[in-house]
Amino acid sequence: MPDFIPADDWRSGGFGLYLHWPFCKAKCPYCDFNSHVVANIDEARWEAAYLSEIKRLAAQTEGRVLQSVFFGGGTPSMMSPDLVDSILRQIRASWPAANDIEITLEANPTSVEAGRFAGYRDAGVNRVSLGVQALNDGDLRRLGRMHSAQEAYTAFDIARSVFDRVSFDLIYARQDQSLADWKSELSQALSMAVDHLSLYQLTIEDGTVFGARAAAGHLSGLPSDDLGADLYLMTQDMCGAAGFDGYEVSNHARPGASSIHNRIYWQSGDYVGIGPGAQGRLTLDDTRWSTSTPLAPTTWLSQVERTGMGEDPRDIVSAGDHRTELLLMGLRLREGLDKARLAANGIDTDAKRIRDLIHLGFVADDAERLRVTDAGRPVLNGVLREILAD
Amino acid sequence: MTDLSHIRNFSIVAHIDHGKSTLADRLIQSTGTVADRDMKAQMLDSMDIERERGITIKAQTVRIDYKADNGEMYVLNLIDTPGHVDFAYEVSRSMRAVEGSLLVVDSTQGVEAQTLANVYHALDADHEIVPVLNKIDLPASECDRVAAQIEDVIGIDASQAIRVSAKTGVGIKETLEAVVHRLPAPKGDRDAPLKAMLVDSWYDSYLGVVVLVRIIDGVLKLKDRVRFMSNDTVHLIDRLGVFKPGMLPMDQLGPGEIGFFTAQIKEVRDTRVGDTITSERKGATQALPGFKPAQPVVFCGLFPVDSSEFEDLRNAIDKLALNDASFSFEMETSAALGFGFRCGFLGLLHLEVIRDRIEREYNIDLITTAPSVVYHIFMKDGTQQDLHNPADMPDLTFVDHIEEPRIKATILVPDEYLGDVLKLCQDRRGVQLDLTYAGSRAMVVYDLPLNEVVFDFYDRLKSVTKGYASFDYNLTGYQEDNLVKMSLLVNDEPVDALSMMVHRDRAEMRGRAMVEKLKELIPRHMFKIPIQAAIGGKVIARETLSALRKDVTAKCYGGDATRKRKLLDKQKAGKKKMRQFGSVNIPQEAFISALKMDS
Repeated sequence: MPDFIPADDWRSGGFGLYLHWPFCKAKCPYCDFNSHVVANIDEARWEAAYLSEIKRLAAQTEGRVLQSVFFGGGTPSMMSPDLVDSILRQIRASWPAANDIEITLEANPTSVEAGRFAGYRDAGVNRVSLGVQALNDGDLRRLGRMHSAQEAYTAFDIARSVFDRVSFDLIYARQDQSLADWKSELSQALSMAVDHLSLYQLTIEDGTVFGARAAAGHLSGLPSDDLGADLYLMTQDMCGAAGFDGYEVSNHARPGASSIHNRIYWQSGDYVGIGPGAQGRLTLDDTRWSTSTPLAPTTWLSQVERTGMGEDPRDIVSAGDHRTELLLMGLRLREGLDKARLAANGIDTDAKRIRDLIHLGFVADDAERLRVTDAGRPVLNGVLREILAD
Repeated sequence: MTDLSHIRNFSIVAHIDHGKSTLADRLIQSTGTVADRDMKAQMLDSMDIERERGITIKAQTVRIDYKADNGEMYVLNLIDTPGHVDFAYEVSRSMRAVEGSLLVVDSTQGVEAQTLANVYHALDADHEIVPVLNKIDLPASECDRVAAQIEDVIGIDASQAIRVSAKTGVGIKETLEAVVHRLPAPKGDRDAPLKAMLVDSWYDSYLGVVVLVRIIDGVLKLKDRVRFMSNDTVHLIDRLGVFKPGMLPMDQLGPGEIGFFTAQIKEVRDTRVGDTITSERKGATQALPGFKPAQPVVFCGLFPVDSSEFEDLRNAIDKLALNDASFSFEMETSAALGFGFRCGFLGLLHLEVIRDRIEREYNIDLITTAPSVVYHIFMKDGTQQDLHNPADMPDLTFVDHIEEPRIKATILVPDEYLGDVLKLCQDRRGVQLDLTYAGSRAMVVYDLPLNEVVFDFYDRLKSVTKGYASFDYNLTGYQEDNLVKMSLLVNDEPVDALSMMVHRDRAEMRGRAMVEKLKELIPRHMFKIPIQAAIGGKVIARETLSALRKDVTAKCYGGDATRKRKLLDKQKAGKKKMRQFGSVNIPQEAFISALKMDS
């Protein structure tokens, strides 16, 4: 197997930028993202640090066409439109932008934040992803969300009128949620005129409030494996019937509305990661690097201010690591991965274990692409373990 | 050399935990054989496993110089024998090396099955037996009742039993006097040709093989050339001495004495327990009676969990075999488990000790296959073969009949658990031979197939009697029965490591229990997995493990790539610990747990 990664391999995935805003108004009990609740945020210091990092990383990737920018968090809709504007100006000054550049901002569906939507649009944001999570107040409270269902509807309507593209997230397989409950809630979501939905099964992560409660045996009513599977399959069926293609494990879109930014991840492209805890992948001079940054907001901020560099030492992504990542990320997509690209990376798509998976119906028998079938996607982790077995 | 009249050789017969080692320690200490500051608990049990389990595997001796009340100096040689049934032959040889025994019985407990078996060895060797009632310091001590039980069950006079607390030291002096005055002196002819009995031997990495001998006739001197009569090999004695309990060099050993020698011997295999050692020239012509080569009784496969550790396992087994002639092994290949060894043991304890030592001393995780006994397969063409491994079972159409080894099991149990014990023995195809009472305890004697005992009989017995039963057995011979090979199939593929010989009438029950257990132990896969038990082509029990329906990470974006990749790498490493059968991975606990029966 080759011990190098083809120098232009990243081009199959594209090039984007992720910017992490680490603050939230409150910490949700299921969330294991790098988010922090603080009383006062000095936006001017943060602005300077973000701009400085954009310039530094642009110098290393000069001339690349930027296909996407993603403001993630935390709750980036806490940022003032002016801050977003300043950051986007610097980005446009640093890289040539693709004609169809996607600029997404994650937002909470509250009235306060909806009031900033027009400002974000004017700064250049052309897509919002709303953290709706649930459409009934009881579950919203249990998930620790600060908005009501009615507030979410209102915020959604505003977003719809301001942005070309609006996506929202829902979490299902919640405590005590029946198939019927989810069916009606999902029908409601699908009836709203959106073009993109991210539907995640509730995952109990270590280091979260839910994780601690589950470990102590105090998190009741989570679905059994079988109910979890039924919920997943029903979700796929209902979305498909409503014209929302399940183009990734948890993401559904009308034709042409899938997320450009997330596809860069799933197709193992290059992405610049800026802000505390942001990770990146950069292929520079024939080496693929994994970049990471200090997690704690103040550590990152003062490091940028002091040294001019908000990054930890970089790690090399070995050819073997890259093979794993290619499959791990790429097979999440319904369309899978181009077999010629996999071959160039030393992955034998005609190996016996893959043929066995085709025989079992988990992998599609397709000459051009390696892709997992609808039967295989619910057990993708198992499929990956088989494909990656030594 | 000490005059025969001033030598006493003895062993201590006792059940585990009745205080044999503590009494031995006390005898050694009170005579000043070991300085108090060098004394550690259980002087004679040296290996960790022996200390932990309170068992002795190797015979060990200590020479005690004792000034008796009559003012004379005596040499007392104590042989500490392996007390377990697996080592019955070794015990019988040790017993032949001494003239008397102290029968130590816990005065709070009474006689146990193991005590009985060893007393019979002592009686077989015409020993004078001195009963010792131990633990008289405990409130629960019942000396009169236990003395009566000794007379009742064993049939020896217990009116002169010595009452001892090895813990506090009460009765130790009386015990030493009894050894001098109540046990006979050894007999022997100093001028006859040398005849020494090999009592035990072990490998020492500095000295080579150390041989423990009892001189019967003649004199053994340093620089003598001696001949081992069983294999006709000749060795030069380069080191001679006695244990006090450290090695104390001597120039010669005379009749009645017990000591050790080394002679540049490389392997314990060349030094067989019970062999007769004589001079190279003008030696004895007649060997001592009773010599038997070691015969493994229980076989199982040992495989490394991590197949890359096969060479380490080979190395470990080679080293252990250096010190244990009774343990046999040959390489085995299993479709399921890869390369390993088929090993033969004297019994289950012996198996466990060897397995534990490999895992502990050599740090190798092992998969142990179902223990099997040796079956005699009688073919239709009149030939006979020994079957050590169910996987080697010949095609039934050529088999005339099969015989299996049977044992006579003696179980002593408090009355209230008798019903459960009888049921257990009955369930294991036992035939009751005897049932008698000694006080509130019943003594049950059963004729049982050994193969029903090697699985988990002892564990079951312990559990149904809350640990109050004691158990011992001896092999009685072979008997024909309706035996079949049962195979286990996972996803339609036979798992050779789980195949076993069972009685036809018990096959359905065993098969059902096995498939149900495997269903619990094998993790769900992406496809459904049939688990079947079969005899020949006929399925006798079946379960289906349903397919895993959902195993997918809900969220995975750019920030998750590194973490998820590392998680997958970790899962891959974990999978290496499983064994692959076709496309099914079976964790190693499944093998071990599946072989333990619940009923």
